[in-house]
Amino acid sequence: MTGHPLLRVRDLTVGFTTAAGHTDVVKHLAFDLPRGGALGIVGESGSGKSMTSIAIMGLLPKGAKRTGSIELDGRELTTLREREMQAIRGDRIAMVFQDPLSSLNPYYTVGTQIAEAYRSHRTGVTRREARNVAIEAMERVHIRDAARRVDHYPHQFSGGMRQRVMIAMTLSMEPDLIIADEPTTALDVTVQAQILDLLAEIRRDTGAGLILITHDLAVVSEVADQIVVMREGDLVEQGTAERVFCDPQADYTRMLLDAVPRIDDEIGLLRTTSEEDR
Amino acid sequence: MTFTPTELEAEGAAGGEATGDPASSSPPASGRRLVRAFMRDRAAVACAAYILVVVLMALTAPLQVLLSGYGPLEFDQSAVDPNLGGLPLGWGGGIGADHWFGVEPGNGRDIFARIVYGARVSMTIALLATALTSTLGVVFGLIAGYFGGRTDMVISRIMEFLMAFPALIFMIAVLSALPAENRQALLVVVISFFGWPYLARIVRGQTMSLKQREFVESAKASGASSAQIIFKEILPNLSSTIIVMTTLAVPGYVGTEAGLSFLGVGVVPPTPSWGQMIASSVSWYAVDPAYFLFPGAFLFLLVLSFTVLGDRIKKIAESGEARS
Amino acid sequence: MIRFLANRLLGMAVVLFLVCLFTYVIFFVLSPDPAVQICGKNCTPEAIDQIRANLGLDQPFWQQFWTFLSGLFVGRTYGTGANAVECVAPCLGYSFQSSQPVTGMILQRLPVSATVAIGAAVLWLLAGVSAGLVSAVREGKFTDRFITGLTLTGMSVPNYVLALSLQFLLVVTLGWLPFPQAVPFSEDPLQWFMNFLMPWIVLSIGAAAVYTRLTRANVIETLQENYVRTARAKGLSPGLVWRRHALRPALTPIVTIFGMDFAGLLGGALITETVFGLNGVGKLAADSITKNDQPVIMGVTLLAAFLVVVGNMVVDLLYTAIDPRVRVGSAA
Repeated sequence: MTGHPLLRVRDLTVGFTTAAGHTDVVKHLAFDLPRGGALGIVGESGSGKSMTSIAIMGLLPKGAKRTGSIELDGRELTTLREREMQAIRGDRIAMVFQDPLSSLNPYYTVGTQIAEAYRSHRTGVTRREARNVAIEAMERVHIRDAARRVDHYPHQFSGGMRQRVMIAMTLSMEPDLIIADEPTTALDVTVQAQILDLLAEIRRDTGAGLILITHDLAVVSEVADQIVVMREGDLVEQGTAERVFCDPQADYTRMLLDAVPRIDDEIGLLRTTSEEDR
Repeated sequence: MTFTPTELEAEGAAGGEATGDPASSSPPASGRRLVRAFMRDRAAVACAAYILVVVLMALTAPLQVLLSGYGPLEFDQSAVDPNLGGLPLGWGGGIGADHWFGVEPGNGRDIFARIVYGARVSMTIALLATALTSTLGVVFGLIAGYFGGRTDMVISRIMEFLMAFPALIFMIAVLSALPAENRQALLVVVISFFGWPYLARIVRGQTMSLKQREFVESAKASGASSAQIIFKEILPNLSSTIIVMTTLAVPGYVGTEAGLSFLGVGVVPPTPSWGQMIASSVSWYAVDPAYFLFPGAFLFLLVLSFTVLGDRIKKIAESGEARS
Repeated sequence: MIRFLANRLLGMAVVLFLVCLFTYVIFFVLSPDPAVQICGKNCTPEAIDQIRANLGLDQPFWQQFWTFLSGLFVGRTYGTGANAVECVAPCLGYSFQSSQPVTGMILQRLPVSATVAIGAAVLWLLAGVSAGLVSAVREGKFTDRFITGLTLTGMSVPNYVLALSLQFLLVVTLGWLPFPQAVPFSEDPLQWFMNFLMPWIVLSIGAAAVYTRLTRANVIETLQENYVRTARAKGLSPGLVWRRHALRPALTPIVTIFGMDFAGLLGGALITETVFGLNGVGKLAADSITKNDQPVIMGVTLLAAFLVVVGNMVVDLLYTAIDPRVRVGSAA
């Protein structure tokens, strides 16, 4: 058990073949995520970072081809059958998406949607139990008045609250790994900080590993201790957060760092706002 | 009647990655690529060919009638059997060297001639109605979308009202009350009157989003007048939408004209129209099926051709937009 | 909720009023003078004037319109003295040709039209939605292309062409169906059913084709929604993802369109009823066109408009029940 990292990715390549030809959007990617670690994958849009997360989840769209190896706790995921992968999704690996409004189904209450994973992974769960699980998960992401809010619909929540709901959704199953794909991009700056704090808090409390995918280096600096920088499907640079920030090796990383004006100030700003909000 | 507008909306909204950048929303597909993609599609080419044949038929109607030897209004009592209540003599409703498609029972009018002249009527009405509808739809849609505010409100309310109206039955009511002169012009006006909101609604929506784009903003900043912006900047960007919507509207109007004529409020006899020919064949269908088969088949194939063509053009335009 | 309902009712009343006005103006301006029609051949100008006065046709337009409107709610009396005819509310007018109130003529034929409409609606909804689902599941495959081809054909067949072809094929040539005869259900249920079978098929084909395309487009679009991806990321089984997260959002808009189409059909299927000789509202309208019986045509038009507007409203209310966004939005 302990010999393996939580997630071990080797030579991961994702490609699409269309009438126009074949393109690889992720090329020979390799990284490790230790148990309880936090990895930031950074890159601009089109760098293949989101495709990486979808490849790990096994949710690639039709026509995409995935090669290489993805091991969760030493278990190879790429060779699993769909049914086995289903059992892992939501249970061992959970995902938080970018746009919380469109990622929630407008036709069902948030409670139903939070409890859904729990009900489908555990057998013989009663309605009441599932509801309690949902309320508990909502309380853990600091949604006030959870017992009442559990019956509300997504459009009745604000953007930040919706993202909390999305995070609550991942919590009901106590996953080993949470992948958050641009979780704060669609949100206001002040709310961004709260969501990042929440992710950090959950990681601390549950010991779950975290992969944070973003284009925003300021966001990664908040949360991650390891960083992977990607560009057009290639891995550009990899290292501890401290090393990548203070001593970037690749020109591209330097360019990204320069694009964030006065990064220290901004981090400081983020911290103060989030503390004020408490 | 025409359900196509709702569909275009439903299908048009599909696709597109949520993570996509705003700049990817479509400039119009280039004409040449459209034509090339089109030529590869065998069904579309066949449909276009059939439409061309009907158009030629309509254009050269007098010439063809000269060839076949019978005019559309000429009675030929020698071709029908008065003892059998005027049933055409010979096989298949009197098909033969004299009458290529047979004759009408009763009076012996040549069906070929009536089909050819009927094509004239059907095509003229459908195409004119489409032209008028498109003009009204584009103009009102542009005005409502571009100026917004009170203008938009008034136009939108009128559109809602017209679309909530039971159009077919009302057309029938109006046409039945109107005098029989100039029936063809009336048909065009009445069909267009109820048809334009479907296109206008879509043009309005697209104009509203185009209005926000940079090139319109910059034209505005450089002092272009509203008319210049509407016609030079916005209208060209709507061309693919308009082409698709118009092609999809034609079959509806062909069908509407035929239906109205079938019900006796459209084209007035003795002027031939396909719908009206089918209407008069109703009492004969059991003994002389050829009488309704010919106009029925021509009508069905024409509507089908336009429908398939519209469907294909829409697909090509959409995929072109997705690619660029 | 109450304010929303009141708003909708008010809007509906306005539309209906406009429809009445619009229709009335057109018939007022265009229709031949009923007095001349009633008077017949041996007519003197005095007699015409007498009839006009009796029917109130000498009054100004607004007054006549008002009489017509109030007739809808409280009924009215045509003529005076011994010749007076009572037209009870809702009075849609009086047919001088058949000497009957229009409302009664329509009500008498409504059951047939309703039977035609309900049967066709059941048929096209079942066929359209299931074919659309199959098409969406097999997107791009042969089945999908085959169904798409069928829908294009179905959308293109004018229903009278289809009606005549079917009748020729099934009744005359093959003899699978008996010739239609007017029989009540209680007398000969089989013949009754057979009578309606072809009208149902004919009416449903075009609509089924449209519903197939709509269902297909909606399902394919919904499957691309982010919340479907979320559902899959939760580890739900494909069946559950489909049932809960794809079907419900995809089929909800179809309710809207269905309500409108069905309401439109209740007001009479002119062509189909005429071709098959079914004594419904549509045939009444078609016959009245031939006879130039304007009050009946106007009555049927108003009924059709009423049904469409009411159908619209029912759909809106239904929508608030099935789409939570609308439900709460309107209450706020």
